[in-house]
Amino acid sequence: MTTGGLRAARPLFGDISTMPNAAELTLKAAPAHARGVWPRDSLAIAAVLAITALVAAPLISLVVIALTGETEIWGHLARYVIPQALLDTTLLLAGVAIVTSIAGIGCAWLVTAYRFPGRDSLAWLLPLPLAIPTYIIAYVYVDLLDALGPVQQALRAVFGWRNASEYWFPDVRSLGGAILLMGFVLYPYVYLAARAMFQTQSAQLIEVARTLGASRFMLMRHVALPLARPALAVGLSLALLETLNDIGASEYLGVRTLTLSIFTTWLNRGSLPAAAQIACVMLLVVAAFIALERYGRRDRRFAAPVRRPRMVAPITLEGRTKWIATAACCLPVTLGFLLPFVYLVHEVITRGLLIGFDTDLIRHTLTTLALAAIATAIAIVLGLGAAVAARMLRRRPWVGACLTVAGLGYAVPGTVLALGLMSPLVAMDEGLNFMTRSMAGFGVGLVVAGSSAALVIAYVVRFLAIATGSAQAGLARISPHIDDVARTLGTRPFGVTRLIHLPLSRAALGGAALLVFVDCLKELPATLLLRPLNVETLSTYIYQYAARGNFEEGALAALLIVAVGILPVIYVVQLADLTPGSEQPPSSK
Amino acid sequence: MTQASSRSAARFVLAATFAGALAGLTGPAFGQAGEVNVYTYREQKLIEPMLEAFTKDTGVKVNVISASSGLEQRIKTEGANSPADVLLTVDIGRLEDAVKAGISQPIKSDVLDKVVQPQYRDPEGAWYGISMRARVVYVSKERVKQDTITYEELADPKWKGKICIRSGQHMYNNALFAAYIAKHGPAKAEEWLKGLKANLAQKPSGGDRETARDVAAGKCDIGIGNTYYWALMINGGPAQKPWAEATKVILPTFKDGGTHVNISGVVLAKNAPNKANGMKLIEWLAGEKAQHMYADINYEYPVRAGIEINKTVAGYGKLNPDPMPISKIAEHKKAAADLVDKVGFDN
Repeated sequence: MTTGGLRAARPLFGDISTMPNAAELTLKAAPAHARGVWPRDSLAIAAVLAITALVAAPLISLVVIALTGETEIWGHLARYVIPQALLDTTLLLAGVAIVTSIAGIGCAWLVTAYRFPGRDSLAWLLPLPLAIPTYIIAYVYVDLLDALGPVQQALRAVFGWRNASEYWFPDVRSLGGAILLMGFVLYPYVYLAARAMFQTQSAQLIEVARTLGASRFMLMRHVALPLARPALAVGLSLALLETLNDIGASEYLGVRTLTLSIFTTWLNRGSLPAAAQIACVMLLVVAAFIALERYGRRDRRFAAPVRRPRMVAPITLEGRTKWIATAACCLPVTLGFLLPFVYLVHEVITRGLLIGFDTDLIRHTLTTLALAAIATAIAIVLGLGAAVAARMLRRRPWVGACLTVAGLGYAVPGTVLALGLMSPLVAMDEGLNFMTRSMAGFGVGLVVAGSSAALVIAYVVRFLAIATGSAQAGLARISPHIDDVARTLGTRPFGVTRLIHLPLSRAALGGAALLVFVDCLKELPATLLLRPLNVETLSTYIYQYAARGNFEEGALAALLIVAVGILPVIYVVQLADLTPGSEQPPSSK
Repeated sequence: MTQASSRSAARFVLAATFAGALAGLTGPAFGQAGEVNVYTYREQKLIEPMLEAFTKDTGVKVNVISASSGLEQRIKTEGANSPADVLLTVDIGRLEDAVKAGISQPIKSDVLDKVVQPQYRDPEGAWYGISMRARVVYVSKERVKQDTITYEELADPKWKGKICIRSGQHMYNNALFAAYIAKHGPAKAEEWLKGLKANLAQKPSGGDRETARDVAAGKCDIGIGNTYYWALMINGGPAQKPWAEATKVILPTFKDGGTHVNISGVVLAKNAPNKANGMKLIEWLAGEKAQHMYADINYEYPVRAGIEINKTVAGYGKLNPDPMPISKIAEHKKAAADLVDKVGFDN
């Protein structure tokens, strides 16, 4: 009975959002905007195309690189490289998917649906591992858990073993280690997406389900999760793409991923074209997966009811259960954030990095902040623009394909993206130089490719997927019916976005801004290759020590990334908590 | 002022600050008198003291971009407008890559020809070696009793399960394996690499520092690493010192040759806007002051004869570099990479 009852809840949404003639009604009722020479949707079409072109440019230049080379190396790759790389990559992705889903969805659900000790602090602590770059966590845990690290030293002292060959201890430098470590720092992508969705989910549904006798688990499995699917797809794919593109941690931990094989093909096998070919194939596979996921939910609607989008009342947990909930949420925070954080602080103190404070770090911090903030602002505006345009154009099938392309920047390893971006950037500069030469008689040099503009563009292209994906997921919660009503009442498209889309998707956009911002702070490979002369960010600062096998000297910079990342995390979590309709009624107990 | 307008004013100020900061970040796009633009694979912190000393000596300001890969592509794509004057790199393979990418111009310098032995420079003067490092073994003081070893011997089954090394596709190993191919031919090299693989205690991972640590921890008896890492550890903090102390460095040799060395070197960019300053920097780097710095700050072997080697590095014993011209190694780079794939070295 209960399951059937829950399923019966679905048509409720269907009724509202699939009203077939909503758009046509609007067209008839409010033809005022159709005046003029331009077709009604021209602005939206232009926006979608422009944003797609921005991301497509480096990808096309990558394809061009791929086409310049012969393909004879593929015999070798197919025989010796790809099978192993494919296996390692698949296992790594599957493992990270499991770890991030369990930690991300589980904690988001606990924190949203229940009250337990420490819940309010955990809500903002849980996303903090975001601020820790994957290669940093790899270094930290290898230092802690390797044979000469404090953990094994303590074990040897306790059990009287003389050296590492006398006992068994799990090796961090392994596929399993890589899965866990990356899972610890990447689950916040899933957590933030899941929480934003759980929070804005209508209380009505959950309460109906509860009334019908649904258990706690069934509630999550049959109501909350299916409704959160668009957001979860975005969160999980971000975590997985981040894993896919990682190079530092995988190499260090001895995992032979496809991305690593791109680099060895380029640098050692001496073929940039072949490397670009692997990257392109990888990109196609990723695009196919993204498209498949979208296709899988093509006919579903996820909009919340129009009236009273009230937050579900959290249940207060009692007895032993409440402590289990606390422990479950503390675990990922501790492993992904607190431990590495404490380790970094320890290194900063023991190495006296504060006493001999490198004053350049202030400049690097400001640089990093400025670049990340500008890129985030642009990415969010473009992402929201793309999502709104796609919403207006939802009857046109090619728009979905465009948005998939616009999200592919995230699917390319940073260095590869940087290589692809160079040509379009320099082409822009050459255009500018041609203009200034013919008009003013002198060239201006590389004003785009040679300046920080290159970095901002790279960040936007790379992280646009986060902004677009989150904006779309946020907008999916708003019934198109509301837009139609607003338009009928004479509101212009921009007005609809300002008055309806923005306020209602504030939590989703805030979360996206946070992710983009923190990702920009952490970004290393593209920054290394595209930065202008004399520009250093916090992550490149850490890198120069890491490259010498001495990353602890960069611990202060790593802490600065964390410190700079924490403030927006807290802000966004608060923002999400204040989302209209989330006022929490007193607990029923 | 209403609250809304003061908030938007605050936002404007914020935006203006960022815009200002961004403008400040923009690097010089042109050749400028008294400056030189350096693209480097050497970490900035490493060469910073040297570049500062250069500026002090010559009054020429140095602008730097450092990256881990792709600088040749960057210079190539930037084309005629590229601000790059000098490319500093490690690894002979990368020096040859730069030449192949067509981004170099001959460095014609009698000063350099006198200082740098022919073995460590390009016959046409497209690149010059500036400093050297050897790929050697860190052995357990406790468990390895011999004082000499050959590279060939590393494949001897007596070391079964006793050797640690980082990824076979890492640049440093790639060069060592390429040197082996150059010395013994591909067939023998394959057999050797298989033997070495069979002797590994664990799947290749980590870096040279972890390799030393694994030896110290007893996971293996022999670790393969570069000369300067060990020196950095023994002279480093209290955390790292014990790793080095448990091991000693042996300079291996090829059976009928010397120790495998690789170089860090310089290339003059084809479209260098500050060519004269670029040349000034290149010659300065081969000068006595810089060569001393390479030896004492970076623990490398100076390429210039007569410069004192750092005490720690000198303690490894006398370096007897393999006489084969170093450019031979670059020729076999791809073959070495393919071989690593073929024997599944990293699996």
